[in-house]
Amino acid sequence: MKMNGAQIIVETLIELGCDRVFGYPGGAVLNIYDELYKSSDRIRHVISAHEQGAAHAADGYARASGKVGVVIATSGPGATNLVTGIATAYLDSSPLVAITGNVALPLLGKDSFQEVDIMGVTMPITKHNYIVKDVRDLAGIIREAFTIARSGRPGPVLIDIPKDIQIAGCEYTPGGPIQKFSTPKPDEDEIDRAVELIEKSKKPYIYCGGGVVASGAGGEVKKLAELTDAVVGFSMMGLSAVSSDYEYCLGMAGMHGRYASTKAKSEADLIIGVGVRFSDRATGNKTRYTQNARFIHIDIDAAEIDKNIPANIGLVGDVGEILKGINAKLSPARRPEWRAEVAKMIEEEISFYPTGKEMHPKAIIEKVQRYTNEDTVIATDVGQHQMWVAQYYRFRKPRTLLTSGGLGTMGFGLGAAIGGCFASGGAKTVLFTGDGSFGMNLTELATAVSNNLPIVIIIMNNGVLGMVRQWQKLFYGQRYSNSTLNRKTDFVKLAEAFGAGGARAWTAAELDRALEAAFAADRPFVIDCRIDTDENVLPMIPAGGSIDDIIVK
Amino acid sequence: MQKEQFILGVIVSNHFGVLTRVSGLFSRRGYNIDSLNVSETENPEYSRMTIIARGDDYVKNQIVKQLRKLHDVKKVEFMDPDRTVLREHLLIKLRVTPATRPEITEAVNVFRGKVVDFNADSMIIEITGEPSKLSAFIEFAKQNDMIIEMCRAGALAVNRGLQNL
Repeated sequence: MKMNGAQIIVETLIELGCDRVFGYPGGAVLNIYDELYKSSDRIRHVISAHEQGAAHAADGYARASGKVGVVIATSGPGATNLVTGIATAYLDSSPLVAITGNVALPLLGKDSFQEVDIMGVTMPITKHNYIVKDVRDLAGIIREAFTIARSGRPGPVLIDIPKDIQIAGCEYTPGGPIQKFSTPKPDEDEIDRAVELIEKSKKPYIYCGGGVVASGAGGEVKKLAELTDAVVGFSMMGLSAVSSDYEYCLGMAGMHGRYASTKAKSEADLIIGVGVRFSDRATGNKTRYTQNARFIHIDIDAAEIDKNIPANIGLVGDVGEILKGINAKLSPARRPEWRAEVAKMIEEEISFYPTGKEMHPKAIIEKVQRYTNEDTVIATDVGQHQMWVAQYYRFRKPRTLLTSGGLGTMGFGLGAAIGGCFASGGAKTVLFTGDGSFGMNLTELATAVSNNLPIVIIIMNNGVLGMVRQWQKLFYGQRYSNSTLNRKTDFVKLAEAFGAGGARAWTAAELDRALEAAFAADRPFVIDCRIDTDENVLPMIPAGGSIDDIIVK
Repeated sequence: MQKEQFILGVIVSNHFGVLTRVSGLFSRRGYNIDSLNVSETENPEYSRMTIIARGDDYVKNQIVKQLRKLHDVKKVEFMDPDRTVLREHLLIKLRVTPATRPEITEAVNVFRGKVVDFNADSMIIEITGEPSKLSAFIEFAKQNDMIIEMCRAGALAVNRGLQNL
């Protein structure tokens, strides 16, 4: 069938199973938007308030659904506004396809109006990117982009499409659903060596990263734990891979990890890293980190093996499949001494818990948890509130946490919550944010209101950039340079101005009433929670430190 | 740790932008390139790069693994120097006086070079060979302060025998 480029884009997206896209129109994508208008019964478009918000929404949609998220923006500033969103997806291995318009081919390279070399700009933050210079390549490139985004370690792909390519016509032949590249498999003898190492271990620790969520390998992780009495910890990206209520789970480990999880990881004699990249936030001082333990590193990305820590055994492939292979060969063994040692660490951890303050972030999170269910998608922004959520919220199902781990993007949360809410079919969604992070992209409240999204927004408002302040307090002689916001924003009035609901919660009783109203509302609802300005996120291991430097009180 | 030099043979798609992807990867991750050469192969769909880089075992392994992640990179292999023909090309313009001319001509002969441009005051000399041979000639010219300008192409490497990339 003969079609123009814009039609081919829309048809190919539909053919690949995409029924929802996020974006913002503009001069260089008018033709694509014209086709979206004509095909609005088959593919729906959500317009954001800013392209960055659309990128985070598409990313959040991808993280919550496991499908490819698609974002469309115009050339020049539209495209550059996507950059933070694409980098966020890249660092957290989220399958995002970004489609940008560009000026027509004859105008390229001439500094034309709204022209930017977005392919050059995004090369270091995409798995791959394209500029389409022949309409006959268009459908193939979009299909390949989806394949790349989904295959192996997922990630973002950008396709830049000049305006004349959107207008030019060519023959379109429908294709099938997304294909994936084949996945490598480790040799059987490598699996045998891993099994041997596990069986010899006295104190095994399974360290789960985002790869466990991506692969859907939570069940195999549990099986491995049950076969060996290994305890299970997470990087922040790994949270939700296995339910927090599962008896072997110790929660997040690392710089702001839970005490028992971080401590057990440093005491373990074997760390089985699954879909995790041992980032600096997770390991701290590497010499100390690797001192006690041997490492089995399982990842789909070969380049992760030996990148941050040297592995005794590196297994490359789908982590779920590899764990299945290991589990099939393991003979079950109990390790009561290790479990008892860990139980003591948990007791110690409980003794460090903050008590007394009714508006302590832990208390707020636990209260919110009473209103959510196991399917509720939780989004966060970046900073102290994010760490508290990672520490204390109990995730029950995979893909229920949307958070910017690798890039640490303040302003990610609201867009991500919008995407997550769409992915969960418009179900109640929660965003935990801070007054600093929320201030960055709060304009997306407009998007949430226009689409009647029931997002409950909990602002942990301490009037400061809490994580910056915490570092200034501990490491910069209490010189609070530019971290005290001194703003007079009334978040309740702000919410109302956007057409959302809002309530102030300065006391526990107010919080109860506000949560009641927020979870009953069928529109976005902002709760301005006042928390203590000087609350620190604890435990904390200072950057480059080890378990020996942990601050618990 | 030893920062050894090593040779990489790389087959890539013959697209625009591929060179940027590869060189960008090296600069972004802080790997050092000593030389990089790229040209189309007998199959116009592919180009071949010869990269001479430097680093310890950790860097060597990371470079290969990170290169393999690039969608346009089809094949990456270390080339064993003992089983590889390695060649580089030098064009060097020297300042010449009647007094220095015999010495230069002799050196060109010793290095099996060719004089490709000849004037009263200058000469352009072309030499092909292993990188170390070219460096030796440059050293000779430097010591006598003769160099006006020079241009050195990146090394090319091909496996000996039937083996190929």
